[in-house]
Amino acid sequence: MSEVVVSTRVRLARNLREFPFPGRLSDQAAQQVAQRVTAALNTADVTFHTVRLSEMTAIERSALVERHLISPEFTEPRPGRVLLLSDDNTVSVMLNEEDHIRLQVILPSLELDRAYEIANALDDVLSRELELAFDERLGYLTRCPTNLGTAMRASVMLHLPALEQSGAVARIGANLGKLGLTMRGLYGESSKPAGSFYQLSNQVTLGISERAAVENLHNITTQLITQEIKARDTVLSDITVVDRIHRGLGVLRTARLMDHSEAMRLLSLLRLGVSSKLFDTLSTDSIDRLIVEVQPANILTRFGDTCDERERDIRRAALIRERLQ
Amino acid sequence: MLCQHCHEREATTHLRRTINGATEEYMLCSDCAKEMGVGSIFSDFSTDFNTLLGSFFSNALPARTGAVRCSSCGSTLNDIARTGMVGCADCYETFYSELQPTIRNVHGNTEHCGKHPHRSIEEPPAPQPDNSLDALKAELQQAIEKQDFERAAKLRDEIKDKEAQA
Repeated sequence: MSEVVVSTRVRLARNLREFPFPGRLSDQAAQQVAQRVTAALNTADVTFHTVRLSEMTAIERSALVERHLISPEFTEPRPGRVLLLSDDNTVSVMLNEEDHIRLQVILPSLELDRAYEIANALDDVLSRELELAFDERLGYLTRCPTNLGTAMRASVMLHLPALEQSGAVARIGANLGKLGLTMRGLYGESSKPAGSFYQLSNQVTLGISERAAVENLHNITTQLITQEIKARDTVLSDITVVDRIHRGLGVLRTARLMDHSEAMRLLSLLRLGVSSKLFDTLSTDSIDRLIVEVQPANILTRFGDTCDERERDIRRAALIRERLQ
Repeated sequence: MLCQHCHEREATTHLRRTINGATEEYMLCSDCAKEMGVGSIFSDFSTDFNTLLGSFFSNALPARTGAVRCSSCGSTLNDIARTGMVGCADCYETFYSELQPTIRNVHGNTEHCGKHPHRSIEEPPAPQPDNSLDALKAELQQAIEKQDFERAAKLRDEIKDKEAQA
């Protein structure tokens, strides 16, 4: 499973009944919303700490986006915007983003059921402590009508280098709509796929239960995994591909300058090699962590945001060499 | 059904346009919808969905309920069409008839089925047991679709018994 699935996410959108949605909310009311939700979540089993985005630099906020803990939209500080993070970073709650509450659970590998269980248990706490905006016909009421109903978005991050190369990804992507699913790039919404990473998620939220949506996503994911693994056998029977993977590792281990797109391309190749057991000293987990570490804002937070582009590429190359020793 | 424009591809977009009180409806495939400036509402919401909503409400028309503004947050239909975002929970009540076609378009459905904040079970409440033959047959069909063969076998026996009694 982890050969193909990098991570699983389940996100729930919720709003408080008595306040207008963000966008129609005064600064003072937004603060009140944040206080109430924080107090409610303090009664949960999960311990959260508050991350003050307003006290962070723009680069530090972008680094949170790269780690999939907040949305790009949330990097803009506004009154009442608060991020609650669980100690292990698996649960992140954005307050006053598009909706009052955006609760997300992120787990490594394919763990849809467990991710939903965690999110659901926290949602039970919210329902117990707060009056949520809910309608019998339309379900959970959200600022954007595309989220009505369960207001749940479940997604899996897939690494599909072989299906991408055979051109099957584009074909599959075009047909997912009929199944109520959608596929996007690494950083969601309109992002381009980088390093053959794709996010598969449910699109329809009204008229389908959480369980059914998760099950549907799980079934399609399993089918994609099978197809990808089959396609990898074909791809890897070609010596030029295997050669490319080994050469890529050589470059990663020795290069002195490494820009972001080259790093993504070579690490994606290396991931393909590692998951196909070409190298037994490396794990896909360590590569997935490294992929996050080499993202631009993560490099800058680690080495200081005064780095210019050249300096950043030097740091990135050094970090990769160190990790792949 | 086939697209009413190209008559070739399957229609996936339902377009309803009201101009000066005259309503026109089309079923279009995604390509023709895009060509006609509707776009796929499933792609980038912020641009396409607004265009779609905008084509439904070109002006701040009063809702069928007679309301021009939502009494809770002050949003007009025009505000909702312009931003693609709803102002507050009450807007859904105030502008329900106007929003409903769009909601159906997006989800293919207008009835929630899933978690309820104050019910411990996730599925809607179970209907009163209906032992009529039709109900059992329908349930059997559902069980087969869900591949719950154990349940299906039980239902099949119950149906046989009932048919024998009749």
